[in-house]
Amino acid sequence: MNKPLRRIAIFCGLLVLALLIRDNWLQYVQADELRTHEKNRRVLIERYAQERGNIIVDGKPVTGSKRTTGSDFAYKRTYKDGPMWAPVTGFASQAYGATQIENLEDGILTGNDDRLFFRRTLDMITGKKQAGGDVVTTLNGSAQRAAFEGLGNKKGAVAALDPSTGKILALASTPSYDPSKIAGNSKNDEKAWTDLSKDPNKPNVNRALRETYPPGSTFKVVTAAAALEHDLYDGPDDKTDSPLPWTLPDTQTELKNEGDLPCKNATLREALRVSCNTVFGKVGADLGKDKMQETAEKFGFNQEQFVPVRANASVWPKDMNRPSTALSSIGQFETATTPLQMAMVTSAIANDGKLMQPYMIDELRAPNLDTIEKTSPKELSRPLSEPNAQKLQEMMETVVQDGTGTNAQIPGVTVGGKTGTAQHGVDNSEDPYAWFISYAKTDDGSPVAVAVVVEDSDADRGDISGGGLAAPIAKNVMKAVIDSKK
Amino acid sequence: MSSSTSHTSTIGAIGAPSRRNTELGLLVFAVVIPVFAYANVGLAINDEVPTGMLGYGIGLGLLAAVGHLVVRRFAPYADPLLLPLATLLNGLGLVLIWRLDQSERLQQRAEDLFGGFTPDAPNQLMYSAIGIALFVAVLLILKDHRILQRYTYISMAVALVLLILPVFFPAVNGAKIWVSIGPFTIQPGEFAKIIIAVFFSGYLMVKRDALALASRRFMGIYLPRGRDLGPIITVWAMSLLILIFETDLGTSLLFFGLFVVMLYVATERTSWIVFGLLMSGAGAVGVATFEPHVQQRVDAWLHPFSDTVMAQSDQIANSLMAFGSGGVLGTGLGQGNSDLIGFAANSDFILATVGEEFGLAGMMAFLLLYGLIVERGVRTALAARDPFGKLLAVGLSAAFAIQVFVVAGGVMGLIPLTGMTMPFVAYGGSSVIANWALIGILIRISDTARRPAPAPAPNPDAEMTQVVRP
Repeated sequence: MNKPLRRIAIFCGLLVLALLIRDNWLQYVQADELRTHEKNRRVLIERYAQERGNIIVDGKPVTGSKRTTGSDFAYKRTYKDGPMWAPVTGFASQAYGATQIENLEDGILTGNDDRLFFRRTLDMITGKKQAGGDVVTTLNGSAQRAAFEGLGNKKGAVAALDPSTGKILALASTPSYDPSKIAGNSKNDEKAWTDLSKDPNKPNVNRALRETYPPGSTFKVVTAAAALEHDLYDGPDDKTDSPLPWTLPDTQTELKNEGDLPCKNATLREALRVSCNTVFGKVGADLGKDKMQETAEKFGFNQEQFVPVRANASVWPKDMNRPSTALSSIGQFETATTPLQMAMVTSAIANDGKLMQPYMIDELRAPNLDTIEKTSPKELSRPLSEPNAQKLQEMMETVVQDGTGTNAQIPGVTVGGKTGTAQHGVDNSEDPYAWFISYAKTDDGSPVAVAVVVEDSDADRGDISGGGLAAPIAKNVMKAVIDSKK
Repeated sequence: MSSSTSHTSTIGAIGAPSRRNTELGLLVFAVVIPVFAYANVGLAINDEVPTGMLGYGIGLGLLAAVGHLVVRRFAPYADPLLLPLATLLNGLGLVLIWRLDQSERLQQRAEDLFGGFTPDAPNQLMYSAIGIALFVAVLLILKDHRILQRYTYISMAVALVLLILPVFFPAVNGAKIWVSIGPFTIQPGEFAKIIIAVFFSGYLMVKRDALALASRRFMGIYLPRGRDLGPIITVWAMSLLILIFETDLGTSLLFFGLFVVMLYVATERTSWIVFGLLMSGAGAVGVATFEPHVQQRVDAWLHPFSDTVMAQSDQIANSLMAFGSGGVLGTGLGQGNSDLIGFAANSDFILATVGEEFGLAGMMAFLLLYGLIVERGVRTALAARDPFGKLLAVGLSAAFAIQVFVVAGGVMGLIPLTGMTMPFVAYGGSSVIANWALIGILIRISDTARRPAPAPAPNPDAEMTQVVRP
């Protein structure tokens, strides 16, 4: 009976061996994957085990940490002016994870980043508690406030850039939410989260980066840039040789202007000033979709931007026939852009044709305020030459001086801009989007370029236009930036 | 192989030293290690040596001392490793259960669900004492394990009753494996494991010749006769019934596996293994197709992190993450978050705490401790001089091994999870008490096996003469 006994012994040995191998697989090979698994609560416990580092604007934190009880998380995130900064900070919630900067720079904020390894080890030896580092943003507090308060209880978004560096100065989105209210894991937080997810106005969407709107007439500056770059016209004061009425190519449909505008054979400057659909539709059609696409993509269209928070790609449709190209060239058809994208367009023009990579994290700081990483401005592309950019600036300045954008005038400052009113919905049945893009220019160049979109309003339909609703907000944002430089 | 292994079987026993002092030395370690672990938990959680440490140390030491003295007096030639191994596992189990008692998360959970929290460690200490008492009783009453042979058919009846009993009691957490009598709930399967091994040993010892010899050869393997298939089919049907009516995958697997192992040892016919595997495979697939409980378990095993499985139960996912978070060296006792598992954290899933807080190193040590118990059990079977003792020892060892594999494999995601407890370590009275009895029987068999033989009596078993060869 001993032979089978030995075999059984081997069998039992194999059972134990199988367990040992499986254990090595779990605790050695797969250990890291399981330890950092998205469903592993230990990740969160660690994230909230000590005071979290802060997100800094203008040298002051807009976040904080609070000691909590009755939970396995030691600290809870708090926010100052939460709704205003939510599009920048995102949220860090004990129950619902983290987004945006809170998520992307989690390693620095918790102190777990590899670049803090040495310090962490030192702290462990000296018995100090692990501390998180800070994230210093490029934002401008007063510009952000002007943007957020300007939008008020209207639905919309603002993106403002420093054209010479690409620093994001303001990034507002309304309606917004207070990330403090969902930061914990209590019943109240749960209710706030449910309400937030169910809200039809989608306060949790970062409209400045993640919503794409038809740009309407503001897109005409891109079309104008393409016309100048591809030598369709030499300058702002060339007659464009465009008829009125103008029929969309290959169709019987007449393209209409908004009202009885002096668009017949208008110059580019005049066409931009009064916002002629016919002129820019024809420019787009004359250039063709490929040249238009080339310029649009140089401005950043058809590509996601990472600031480092991801911004959706703005769309210049790639597959179009000639009438659609004409419509797209005046910001209709399927053209769609994020507010950030239009701010990039404006900043490239204001920066004499140089498009800088937009970014909002200036610096990562260790707990002892040492700089771990500093972002240096980077050129993204050159959508148009310096002379052409200056020609376009002249045209946009005309728009503000005596065109549709007079509401954006700031005494003593040169302002260039463009209005837009984009219709959308079936048969344009829904409220139009009011757009305004602009830049301000001082003696030291242009400190700010801004794009404002107001989604809808309870106001009169006729009232909704870029000049009326959006331009004053843009003006206040620009003014806030200029004032803060003084 | 033959020269070294034959030495270990029976001949080496003659004139062998009793090794009682070895056992005593090992027992000291088996008591001191858990006491240090206990202090470790207290220091990690409350920054102080726990106040109960002295009491705990004395309690465990006393139990070990009683066990040792009884073995010294009544089973002087017993295997010296079994008692220290069981004591060490029991002691560490107590520490782990006490550590989980300190978990605020589990305390909160108990308050939310049952309106109050009661620590489990004191109960477990009491169960351990009862277990040692049963161990002592086994050694005192059972002067020779062959007495059990007389109760072959009574054992069968008792085992059947124990296995069927839970059907008449309400299911607890999806499995009908409990019997509640007044304030006590008993898991009769744990005791049935031992009793059924007694029955199989007695039955197979009588029938093994018929089962082994009367067979037809077909395609290289011996096919059993139709009528000899009777018992295996009966046991097979019974384990299927357990699976269906008690939805207890673990017990079902344990009994069928136990029977196949013992049948193979008794008859030396590989064909039984083939049959056993085919039948259990067919049975498992058959039941799984219409039994949602089993399907759920398989689903949870294959996709532990999928949303549908997590919505039902996140236990396996949490268990796997506990193991992974422990890494190679573990977080240290009291510093992990294995209590996230919540339900059954200190019983079925206690190994997850071992994995997280002791790490890969400690977990492997635990598995090897279990492996050693099994190894000593099989060695006892090899050394035993009578076929009944051989069968009983290998049956008990195999049952122990299969149980360890099924539980540890389940919580580590190697096989689908079944509702069984880790012997000695997991919280649960039935399990601790029954396993102490199991160790008691093994010690009794090993004592008989290693005791110097008065005179080599003529042995009817041909096998026995074979092992005498040098």
